[in-house]
This record gives sequence, structure tokens and C-alpha cells, in this order.
Amino acid sequence: MELHMSDDTHASSGTRWLLVHTVAVFAFLYLPIAVLIVYSFNGEGVGGFPPHNLTLDWYRMLFADAAIWESVGNSVVVALAAVAIALAFGVLAALALDRAQFPGKALFRRLVLLPLILPGIITGLSLLMLFREADVKLSLLTIVLGHGTALISVATTEVFAGLQKVDRAQEEASLDLGASYWQTFWRVTIPNLRLPIIGAALLIFTLSMDEIAVSFFLIGRDNTLPLEIWGRLRRGITPEINAISTIIFVFSLVAIVIWYRLRVRTEGRPEIAELIEAAVQGGLTHEHES
Amino acid sequence: MFSRAYRAAVTVPPLLWVTVLLLIPYLLMFCYSFWSVSMAQTVVHSWTLDNYRELLRVNVYWQTLFRSMWIAARVMLFSLLLGYPLAYYLSFHAGKRKDLFYQLVIIPLWVSYLVRAYAWKTILGSEGVLNTLLQYVHVTTHPLGFLLYSPFAVVLTLTHIYTPFTILPIYASLEHIPRALVEASHDLGGSPSQTFWRVIFPLSIPGVLAGATFAFVLSLGDFLAPLLLGGPSGIMISNIVVSLFGAAYNWPLGAAISLCMLVLVVGLLFISERLEKKWSFT
Repeated sequence: MELHMSDDTHASSGTRWLLVHTVAVFAFLYLPIAVLIVYSFNGEGVGGFPPHNLTLDWYRMLFADAAIWESVGNSVVVALAAVAIALAFGVLAALALDRAQFPGKALFRRLVLLPLILPGIITGLSLLMLFREADVKLSLLTIVLGHGTALISVATTEVFAGLQKVDRAQEEASLDLGASYWQTFWRVTIPNLRLPIIGAALLIFTLSMDEIAVSFFLIGRDNTLPLEIWGRLRRGITPEINAISTIIFVFSLVAIVIWYRLRVRTEGRPEIAELIEAAVQGGLTHEHES
Repeated sequence: MFSRAYRAAVTVPPLLWVTVLLLIPYLLMFCYSFWSVSMAQTVVHSWTLDNYRELLRVNVYWQTLFRSMWIAARVMLFSLLLGYPLAYYLSFHAGKRKDLFYQLVIIPLWVSYLVRAYAWKTILGSEGVLNTLLQYVHVTTHPLGFLLYSPFAVVLTLTHIYTPFTILPIYASLEHIPRALVEASHDLGGSPSQTFWRVIFPLSIPGVLAGATFAFVLSLGDFLAPLLLGGPSGIMISNIVVSLFGAAYNWPLGAAISLCMLVLVVGLLFISERLEKKWSFT
């Protein structure tokens, strides 16, 4: 909905300044990414202006780098497992928050959402202490548990929002017609939540692939991709890192386009804002509650 | 309509999981902060207030905490200054470009944190893109040293990372403002600036609060940007915690600092939520 401020030229020059500001902020947001990509093709390495000697050498080096690809494999496995855990418990948690009353519900709601807003170091360290006390050896499994648990928040938020939009009468009809809860759950509830679930899965997968603050403390012998990159950064910077970053960027772009299309199809413009607000304000309540 | 068994089936598994993997770890952090380490560097499970005494006694902890809060405050402020006008433009004036601009805001959110911090490192270094560019166009003759390994680099990078996070909730709150209210203000003779400051801005405060809290809290606890770009003068409180859990091997003291951070964060969330309730109009 566009607003026409036709009353004076003052307003339109103000609008022009707003546009200039907007373009400048976008430049600030995208310039580093552009630099990163350009220098992944720079024969002279990272830095030095202007870039020259365009080359694909860094990509060749990257594709021959076994350690990187092993860490990519680890990250994919971790992310898939995190998606499974976060979705399984996130869907149930959303149903519980939507449909059940139980003691400690308010605390539970806050606890589930807390990892979204807490600095990763707190979540990572508290889990590290748990694993230490329980004598669990650090490995990819501990990272999976960390990611899966922290990202239940994302699944719960998305699915809870989805639940507010579906008509409960369908489930009621299914139960009235003699279907069991189990059948109703798999044949009515879940299909109705298909799109929020796919959206949440994509988001969780991407967040897990990129996660470093929690993994930093739970890492065993095998690295995830961000930790592998981190280890190399400490030894100095090479354009190989630009090359892998460029590839990650392209994949993220594909994921986001799919996710965006999906959300536009279901409920108009997607709102990550809901996630941020839920995180900050401990949200996920029905309209009539508090 | 849902039976007791159904409600139990959806409630108990997530409740158990969250208790074991979130609640107990936080409680454990609380316990650790009252334990100590022996000479042989093992954790001793006996209760003491020594860690908190140490925190009160040693100035470095306080100074670093205040520096972290100052860095986080600047990140929050810059994110709002960059983000609010953009969100406003997007909501009220973008017209046909709205969809495109909205997507441009969310794309950076999906770009790896590490990748973006690394990009700034390659830009700001003494052999980096910016310094060689400045010398190439003869603005400077020597590399500017203050760009990298300084609090400036940390603030810049974190602002870059959290600006999209502040734009989204502000934009959402601007979108929820009934346009009839804005038109009414115009019709009743309000100037554009009066309309903005007395109608639009107050109604967008919940979004501003959400974005500001998010940027502040997550910057406050960051330890990767300072490690990568901060240098000795850019050390933040989480870096101290990391070293206490690593080389210094004093988990209980590290837990005590983490717990202080946790309490600070939860306190801020509480305040933010109160303010949000006060300013939301429903």
C-alpha cells in the first residue's frame, strides 16, 4: 500500500533521501560479499587492489582438498540429524503449546525459545558441562544434540504459527468419523502443516550448516565445515576460503529462493520477524492468553 | 476435543528432552559457578563463593564486561540508525520494488556468519582490499593500521551482521500500522514530521525494541568476531570465558561469568518485554 504525500516537495525530497539511505545500506550489506566472490578468482591472493590475473586455481585447489570435503560431509550429516531432532520435538512442542495445559507451561515455552536469543556460548558451554558430568565423549553426536536442541525453537515457532492458520474442524471430523488419534495425526494434522514443516526444515538445515558458536565447544575429533574454516583462518587467510565461501553463498541463495517461494505461496510475505519477536518476547501465545 | 492421552503424548517427549538438554545444563552452569578447581586441575564438587569473590576483586572482568556492553550498545545503535529508515522506506515508499527490497534484506541473513566476518577481515587488513585501494588512488601512502584488530572492526562487522535482524521486526511493526491512522493524521493537518513522530514512530516501538534487544544481546555474547578481528583491544567478555574453559582451565570461574551474562540477558529480555507491552496498542 503506497502512501502518496503530495502536499509539498519537502516530502518527496525526504523520500529521495530515504532511497539514497536504503541504497547505501544495501551497498554496506552486499559489498563484503561481492569482494569475497571477486577475490576468489584473484590470482594474486586475498587483498591487493585492483584484483588481476583472474584464475580458477583456487577452486581447483579447493576441489582437491580432502579435509574440506570431509568437513562438508560431516556438516551435512549433522544438519540432517539436527533437522530430524528439531522437527520431531518441535512439532510436538507446538502441539503441546497449542492444545495442552500442563504445569510449567509458561516456563517450558520460554525455555524452548531461549536458545534463539541466548549467545551461542552459553548454550554451548552449558551442554559441554552436561556432557562432562555425564561422561559423554565429544564427537559429531554431541554437536547434533546441541544443534537439534537449540533449533527446536525454530521448528516450534514455525509450526505453532502454522497451527494458528489451520482449521481444527478437519481434525474433529476425522476423529468423529472413527479415525484414531494416530491416524488423524498422520493423515490430517501433519499434511495440513506440510508447508511450515518444510520451511522450518530448510531454515534449520541452513542454520545448522552455518552454526559455529555452539559447535565450537562440543567438537570432538571430526570438524564441521565452519570449524574447519575457522581452524584455517587462525593459520592465515587464503583465497581457497573465498572459494568455499562463494560456493556456500550460492547454495544459501538457492535455499533461500526455495524457502521464499514456499512461504509466499502459503501466507504472503514471509516473516522471519515473527521468529525474532518470539525469541525476544517469549511469544507463542494465543490471542486470548496474556 | 483432545483426549488426555493425546495431550500427554504431545507434551511429555518435548518436555523431557528440553528438561535434560536445556534446563539441566543451565542448572549445571549454576552449580559449576559455586564449585572450584583443585591444584591438580580437576573440578571439586564442594560449594564455595570464591568464584564470585574473584569476579568482584579482579578489575579486568568488570572492565571487559563494560567494554563488551559498550561495543554491543554501539552495534545496537548503528543497526537501528541504518535499519529504521530502510524499514520505513520499504514499508511506506518502496511501491513496486517492495518485494525485491524485502528479499535483499533477508538474503544476507542466510549468508554464513563466519563468511561475512572473514570478508571484513580481508577488506580491513593492512594488505587488505581497503588499504590497497586507498593507496592505489593515492589517498594514503601507508596502510591504515587501526582498521583491523580494533574494537572498530568488531563494531563494524557485528553491525553488518545484525542490521538485517533489526530491519525485519521494525518493518513488520510498520506494516501492521493501519494506514487509515496515517491518513487521518494528514487529513487533520499534521505535517509529515508530526505524523511520523506522533503516529508512526510510537506505533513502531515494539519492532524497534525487538530488533534492538536481539542486536544487543547477541553482540554482547559474541566471541568469534573479537577473536578474528578484535586484536588485544577488542577482547570481549566471552573471550575471557573461552580462555577459562580452554588454556586457563578454570571451568567454575568461567561458569560464574557465563551465569552473570545469562542473568544479564534474561534481565534485558524481561525489561524489553515489559516495555513492549506498554507500547503495543491492542
